[in-house]
Formats: sequence, C-alpha cells, structure tokens
Amino acid sequence: MSIHYFANPTRFTRLAGRIQPWSAGVTGLLLVVGLYLGLFVAPADYQQGDSVRIMFVHVPAAWMALFCYTFLAVASAVGLIWKHPLADLAAKASAPIGACFTFIALATGSLWGKPMWGTWWVWDARLTSVLILLFLYLGYMALWQAIEDAQKAARAAAILALVGFVNVPIIKFSVDWWNTLHQPSSVIRMDGPSIHASMLWPLLLMALAFKAYFITMLLARMRMELNLRRIRALRLAERDS
Amino acid sequence: MKPFLAVVARDLRLAVRQGGATLLAVVFFLLTVTLFPLGIGPEPGVLARIAPGVLWVAALLAAMLSLDRLFQADFEDGSLEQLALSGLPFGMIALAKIIAHWLTTGLPLLLAAPLLAVLLNMDAEGFGALLVTMLIGTPALSLIGAIGAALTLTVRRGGVLLSLLVLPLYVPVLIFGVSAIDAAVHGLNAKPHLLLLGALTMAALPLCPWAASAALKLSLE
Repeated sequence: MSIHYFANPTRFTRLAGRIQPWSAGVTGLLLVVGLYLGLFVAPADYQQGDSVRIMFVHVPAAWMALFCYTFLAVASAVGLIWKHPLADLAAKASAPIGACFTFIALATGSLWGKPMWGTWWVWDARLTSVLILLFLYLGYMALWQAIEDAQKAARAAAILALVGFVNVPIIKFSVDWWNTLHQPSSVIRMDGPSIHASMLWPLLLMALAFKAYFITMLLARMRMELNLRRIRALRLAERDS
Repeated sequence: MKPFLAVVARDLRLAVRQGGATLLAVVFFLLTVTLFPLGIGPEPGVLARIAPGVLWVAALLAAMLSLDRLFQADFEDGSLEQLALSGLPFGMIALAKIIAHWLTTGLPLLLAAPLLAVLLNMDAEGFGALLVTMLIGTPALSLIGAIGAALTLTVRRGGVLLSLLVLPLYVPVLIFGVSAIDAAVHGLNAKPHLLLLGALTMAALPLCPWAASAALKLSLE
C-alpha cells in the first residue's frame, strides 16, 4: 500500500472523517491543559511579570507560521512533481491556517511588545520577516483566487510557494544574521533549553495543541474543498443534461 | 547562442521603436523620488539620511511597474508560442527577455540614480556604492520580477496581484542594497553587503528563468 492508496478522494474523505474527531478532541484537551499550566501554574517572570504568559500563545503560533509554510511548500512540490491532486488541495487548505497563525504571532507579539519594549511595533529583522511571511501567504491565496482553472491555479500557486519558500530560512536565521532587539531563540539550542521546566511544559503542550488544531482544520478544509468540487461537478452535469 | 541573442536583439528593437515605455519607467522613478521631499520636507540633512532608501524603493517600484511589458505583448499576439516552438530551451527564452528587460529598465534607472542622489543631497561617499549596488541589484529585480510577470500573465488586471507577489520577494535586494550604500556613507566597509547582494543576483540568475519558464508554460497550455 503506497501513499497513492489514499489519493482516491473517497478513501481520503473516509479516513479524514475518522481522524477528525480524534484530532479535534486532542486539540481541545491539550489547549485546556496547556492554557491552565500556562496561565495559572507557571510562575510569573521576575522581570516581565504576568505578560510573559503571552509567550505561551505567541511562540507556538510563530512556530506554526513557519511550519505551515514548510508544509505548504512540501505539498506544493509533491503536487507539482507527482501531479497529486490531494497534495494541491492540502497546499491550498494549509494557506489560510498558516496566515491566521502568522497574524496571531504578530498580534500577540505586539501586545507583548507594548509593556516590554514600550512600543507596539519595532522594525526588527525578525518582526519584519514574519510580516513578509504574512504577505507571502496573502499573495499565495490571492493567486489561487485569481486563476479560474483549478489545475492551472494549483500549479501556478505551487511555483509561487516554492519561490517564496526561499524566504523561510531567511526568517529562521535572520535573528542570528542581524541580531537586533528580538531575543535569540531560547528553546532550540545546542546546550538544551534555557527556560525552566514549569514554563517549558505549557509551551510544548500549546505547541502540540496548535499542531493538532492544524491537522483538524486541514482535514476539514480539504473535505470542504472536495465537497465544493463535487457540488460544482454535479451542477455542471445537471445543467448539461 | 545565436537564437538567444536574436531574441534579446528583437526585444531591444521593439523597446527602442516603441520608445515611450522605457522612458516611462525612468520618468516614474524621477517623479516618485520628487514626491519624497514634498512629503517629508526640504531639510537637506533629513533628505541625505533617507536618500539611499528612497532611491532604492523608487527603483524597486519603477522596475516592478514595467514588468507587465515583459511577456504580455508577446503572449497576446502569439509570438510567445512561436518562441516556444523555436527549439530554444524555454528557460533561455525567459532569460533573453529578462536581459532585454534589464537593459531597457534597470540600466536607465542606474543612469538616472546619481542625478537623483544629487537632488536628495546624498553624501558624496555613497555615489560609488549607489552605482555598484544598482549595477548588481537591478538584474535581480528583473529576474525575480519575471516569475511574478509569468504567473500573472493570464490574470485579468493582474497589476495589483503582481505587486503583491513580487514586492515581498524584492525585500532582501532592498535591504542589502540600502545597507551597502549606508555603510559607504558612514565610512564603513560596504563589501559584505555588496557580496550578499551579488550572491542574491547570482542565485537568481539560474533559478528565476527556470521558474518563470515553468509558469509561462502554464499560460501556453
């Protein structure tokens, strides 16, 4: 059994329908536990006070912003190379989710920046590149909208996604290149995480919750797209008969 | 090599005989730069400080606005299909058109930039860096822009979409271009910025025509 076994839309819909309640349940559970640990159990930072708790949403959202774009690019490559229709759908479905995570990362970051840096927004390298990531998502979605033929739109959008993917490593390493106001990464480091376990746990739980949410939404959006196409095909058939 | 040069020469001849279009990008460049002193105020110190950024942003926009000419006319009258059948690899056709585009927009912008730098009271130290960054950086604008132009070829009123697709990709060129000039103005070493800018252009040189030709093939189906 290869991955092509699930390329059949009917099989995929059945499988997705079976996974979805579970992933939705896991999302809810992890969110409740993660938010409880983050908002009530984790200690307030000795410098940042309670506003450090914004990090439990901000950091996982920023991770997801990058993860979704990577997913989008990989799905686009699969769609482009193997002409896999479900991969095109997955790429299309992941874009709005990624754009939302990017927006959440920017919005929570600016809410945190006001008390900490004394300003809503600074033109720091990392902030700017996340803003550009948001524009990449918007451009990608706009290109899908603009081209009517779904197959052509899929391939054009896939080319754009792969071109834009060059930007993702620039974002990831920009902090080390320009090294300005935004603090360097403190979780993924060679010598192990530099934050205390009471803060690391809610952070990781929230990250997993966001991942599970992504899976739930991705499956939901892909099924919706398949159903929309089915409806369109039925309407066309009805009109022609 | 000969068919490749023939495509470049043909596009250049078309640009020269149409005349206005090339000039238009430069006029747009002049006009945008003129708006900045009017909007910000005429203090020479402020203008000198923002001059590198203003020049690069205006050049970016001028290059972007001229992108729709890159493939549009050939697509509409069917010459693009003829070129595709000519036996020349499609990436090379895209590259030839990109080179012609740079010669008719990037190069005039490069020549106009020092004049505008004088108007903006830019520090004399920065002129060399301005010319060098423009020389290395504007080819990247034509190369990256070609992808956007190819992707939006079949889209009706694709201009706004084109800017949404292309401008985010222009950002690294802008950053390294401006920081090289800033470094030169402040008497620092501009070389690292220039090297990075050159690396961007060199990376774009093989990749962009390839991606653009893949996008062009979509519109020819």
